Amino acid sequence: MAAEREPPPLGDAKPTDFEELEDGEDLFTSTVSTLESSPSSPEPASLPAEDVSTNSNGPRPAEVVLDDDREDLFAEATEEVSLDSPEREPILSSEPSPAVTPVTPTTLIAPRIESKSMSAPVIFDRSREEIDEEANGDVFDIEIGVSDPEKVGDGMNAYMAYRVTTKTSLSMFSKSEFSVKRRFSDFLGLHSKLASKYLHVGYIVPPAPEKSIVGMTKVKVGKEDSSSTEFVEKRRAALERYLQRTVKHPTLLQDPDLRQFLESSELPRAVNTQALSGAGILRMVNKAADAVNKMTIKMNESDAWFEEKQQQFENLDQQLRKLHASVEALVCHRKELSANTAAFAKSAAMLGNSEDHTALSRALSQLAEVEEKIDQLHQEQAFADFYMFSELLSDYIRLIAAVKGVFDHRMKCWQKWEDAQITLLKKRETEAKMMVANKPDKIQQAKNEIREEIEEWEAKVQQGERDFEQISKTIRKEVGRFEKERVKDFKTVIIKYLESLVQTQQQLIKYWEAFLPEAKAIA
Amino acid sequence: MEGRQEAGKESKPSSLSVDLQGDSSLQVEISDAVSERDKVKFTVQTKSCLPHFAQTEFSVVRQHEEFIWLHDAYVENEEYAGLIIPPAPPRPDFEASREKLQKLGEGDSSITREEFAKMKQELEAEYLAIFKKTVAMHEVFLQRLAAHPTLRRDHNFFVFLEYGQDLSVRGKNRKELLGGFLRNIVKSADEALITSMSGLKEVDDFFEHERTFLLEYHSRIRDACLRADRVMHSHKCLADDYIPISAALNSLGTQEVNQLKTSFLKLAELFERLRKLEGRVASDEDLKLSDMLRYYMRDSQAAKDLLYRRLRALADYENANKALDKARTRNREVRTAESHQQLCCQRFERLSDSAKQELMDFKSRRVSSFRKNLIELAELELKHAKASTLLLRNTLVALKGEP
Repeated sequence: MAAEREPPPLGDAKPTDFEELEDGEDLFTSTVSTLESSPSSPEPASLPAEDVSTNSNGPRPAEVVLDDDREDLFAEATEEVSLDSPEREPILSSEPSPAVTPVTPTTLIAPRIESKSMSAPVIFDRSREEIDEEANGDVFDIEIGVSDPEKVGDGMNAYMAYRVTTKTSLSMFSKSEFSVKRRFSDFLGLHSKLASKYLHVGYIVPPAPEKSIVGMTKVKVGKEDSSSTEFVEKRRAALERYLQRTVKHPTLLQDPDLRQFLESSELPRAVNTQALSGAGILRMVNKAADAVNKMTIKMNESDAWFEEKQQQFENLDQQLRKLHASVEALVCHRKELSANTAAFAKSAAMLGNSEDHTALSRALSQLAEVEEKIDQLHQEQAFADFYMFSELLSDYIRLIAAVKGVFDHRMKCWQKWEDAQITLLKKRETEAKMMVANKPDKIQQAKNEIREEIEEWEAKVQQGERDFEQISKTIRKEVGRFEKERVKDFKTVIIKYLESLVQTQQQLIKYWEAFLPEAKAIA
Repeated sequence: MEGRQEAGKESKPSSLSVDLQGDSSLQVEISDAVSERDKVKFTVQTKSCLPHFAQTEFSVVRQHEEFIWLHDAYVENEEYAGLIIPPAPPRPDFEASREKLQKLGEGDSSITREEFAKMKQELEAEYLAIFKKTVAMHEVFLQRLAAHPTLRRDHNFFVFLEYGQDLSVRGKNRKELLGGFLRNIVKSADEALITSMSGLKEVDDFFEHERTFLLEYHSRIRDACLRADRVMHSHKCLADDYIPISAALNSLGTQEVNQLKTSFLKLAELFERLRKLEGRVASDEDLKLSDMLRYYMRDSQAAKDLLYRRLRALADYENANKALDKARTRNREVRTAESHQQLCCQRFERLSDSAKQELMDFKSRRVSSFRKNLIELAELELKHAKASTLLLRNTLVALKGEP
C-alpha cells in the first residue's frame, strides 16, 4: 500500500509544505474551489499528499463493479438518488480532484495530481491567512439567516415557507447577497442528500431539525395562539442554526446540493422526507437493521484513539442529556414563576384598590406594577433559558448522534474489509483444492473462473483496506474539527446566556430601586 | 425529627413584630421550642413586675392546643366582645416537609451523592424555616395579648403564663371541631339575616364604611396571600432546579479534556451560588410578603368578627326597642323590657366605642406593618439582585479571559 503514497512529482520545496498541511486546518476548500473550473468537488481539505491513492479520474468500468457494494454501504441513503445522477457528473469530469466521495473509483493515479499541486503553493499562502482568520474566530465569510415564516396555502396542505438569506463574499456564489423561499421538507431533503453522500465516508453531517406532526398540524389548522407562534419561532431558529452549522463545514460548503439549496429559486420537492412515505418507512427499517448490525459487529480495534473517542462521546452524550433535562425543568419553572407573578400582581393591584389608607394604597399599586414588570422579565429570561441554553444542548445531543453514526460507518467499513478478506481466503482455498484434484479438462474453465474471482476479491480487499484507512483518517480530522467547533459554540452561548442573566438582574435592581421610595413614603 | 431553637437569641421573622408600647410591666417571649414526633413544645417565658405574679421571672411549657384554648377563652368572653381578639396561631404543620424528606430518603438512584446532600440540606433548611415561623407566630399571639391594656389582665392569660402544670387541654375532638365549624356557618347565616333585617339602620358612617371596607379587603388580601404563596413556591422550585444543573455541569467539566473543562466547572460553581441566592429571595418573599399578608388576612377576619358582634348587639338593641314598644302598648312587663333595653343599649354603645378604637388601631397597625415589610422586601430584593449581578459578572470575566 505504500506505493500509492509516493510523493507527488512536484518541485522540491513542496513536500515540507504538505507535511504542514496535514496538521493544519481544513481551510483550503474555499480557495481550492476558486481555482478549479468546476465548483462542485466535495473534497476534503488536505488534498494533495494523502489522497493520492483514491483518485477520481479512474476509468468507468472499475466504478461499475463497486456500485453494488456501495449500495450496501449506503444503507443510510434511502433516497432514490442514483450514483450516476447528473449532479455527480461534474465531479467525475473535473480535473485532479482526489476526492473521497461516493464516486471514487479505485484506480490509482498518482501523477494526475500534478496540475493540482502546481497551484498548491498559492493555496497554501492564502490558507495561511485563513488559518489566522480561523484562529480569530472568523469563519468562512458566509452568513445565513432564516426569517419571515409565512403560511402558504390552507388546511392540511398548508405549509410554512421560510426566507433563507445568504450573505457572502465567497466567489463560488454568483452574488454576494441573495435569498430564497424554502419549506421545512426542503431542509430535510437537503440533509438527506448530504447525509447520503458524506456520512458513510466519515463526515459529520449536521442533523436537520426534527419533525413534529403535532406542532405542524396546529399551525396548519390555523390556530393563531401563542403555542403555535412559539412552535414556528422554535423551528425557525432551529433551521437557522442547522444551516449555519452546515455551511461552516468546509467540505459540505462545496457541495452542489447545498449551493442549489441556497441559491436556486425553484427546488424540486423532496417528497421522500415525509414521515409516512415509502422512503420514510424504508428509513425506519434501515435504522432498525443498523441497530441490530451494530450489536453484532465485533471489531478488532487496532487504534486506541477511536475507542477512546467513542467512549468520550458516549459519556458526553449521557451528560448532555442529563443537563438538558434539568434545563428543561428550569425553563418550565421559570414560566410558572412568570405566570404566578402576573397573578400576584393583579391581586396586589386589587388589594391596593381596597386599601383605604391613601399612601399604602398607592404603594400597593406600585408594588403591583413592579410585579407585572418582573413577570415580563421572567418570561424573557425563560426564552433565553430555552433558546440559548436548552436548544444548544439538544442540538449537540443530535450532533453527537451523527458523530456516533460516523463511527458506526467506520465499523461497517471494517466489516466489509474483513468480509472481503474472508471471502478471498475461501476462494484461495477453493483454488488450492482444485489444483490438487486431478481432472484437467473440466476443471480448466473452473480454474480460470476461480482465478478471476480471486483477482476480483484481491482488488476488493485492497479497496476495503483503503476505504477503511480513508474513513479513519477523515473521522480523525472531522472529530478534531467538531471538537473545536463545540468548544467555540459552547463558550459563545454560555457567555451570551450569562449576559442575559446579568441583564435580568440589572432590570430587577432598577425596578426595586424605583419602588423603595414609594414604600418609604407610606406615612 | 427534633429541632430546637433558641428563639430569644436570634432574630425571628420580623414581619409580625408588634409595637409593644414600651410597657415593660409584662414581657412575654418564647425562649425555646422543641419539635417532637408530632407536636411542638414551646417554652413561654414571662418577665413581669406585676404584683399578681408570684415571681418576677418564670417559664412554662405549652403546646399548641393550649394556645388555642386561650384564644377560644377570649373569644367566648363577653367582656371582650368589643375588642379584636388577636388571631390564633396556626397549627404547626411539618407534614409536607416531613413527607419530602422521607421521599428523598427513599432514594432516587439517578442523583449523585452531592446532589442528594444538597437536596437534603435544602429540605432541612425548609423544615427549620417552618419551625421558626411557627414559633414566631405563637410568640406574636402572646405578645399582642400582653400589649393590650385590657386583654393582658385576663385571668386565663395569667393561668396560661404561670401555671406550671399541664393545662389538661386536649385538642378538639371531632365533635368539637364539627361544632366549631357549624358555629361559623350559623354565624355567617346570622350575619346575613341581621343585615337584611328591616329597620336595622347603621347609624354610624364610620362603621358602615368599615364594614364594606373589611369585607372587600379581607377577600382580596386572602387572594393576594394565596398568590404570593404560589410565587414563593415557584421561586423555590427554580432554586431547586439549579441543583441538578450544577451537578450535571460538574460532571461535564470533570470529563472534558479541552478548554471547556474550566468553563463548565466555573458554570457549575456559579449555579450553585445562584441557587443559594434564589433560595434567599424565595424565603425573603415568604417572610416579608406572604407571611405578612397571611397575618393580616387573619387579623382582618378578627376585625370582621368584631363587627359582627357589634352588629349582633345592635340587632339585640333593636329587638329590645321593639319589645319595649310592644310592652308599653300592652302595658305589661314594662320594667323588665325597659331594663333589658337599657342593658342592650349600654352593651351596644360600649361595643361601638371600643370597636371604633380597635378598628383604628387595626388600621395603624396594618399600615405600619406593611410599610416596614415592603421596605424590607425591597431592600432585600435589591441586595440579592446586586449580589447576583456581581457573581455573574465575575464569572463572565473569568470565562471571557480564558483562551
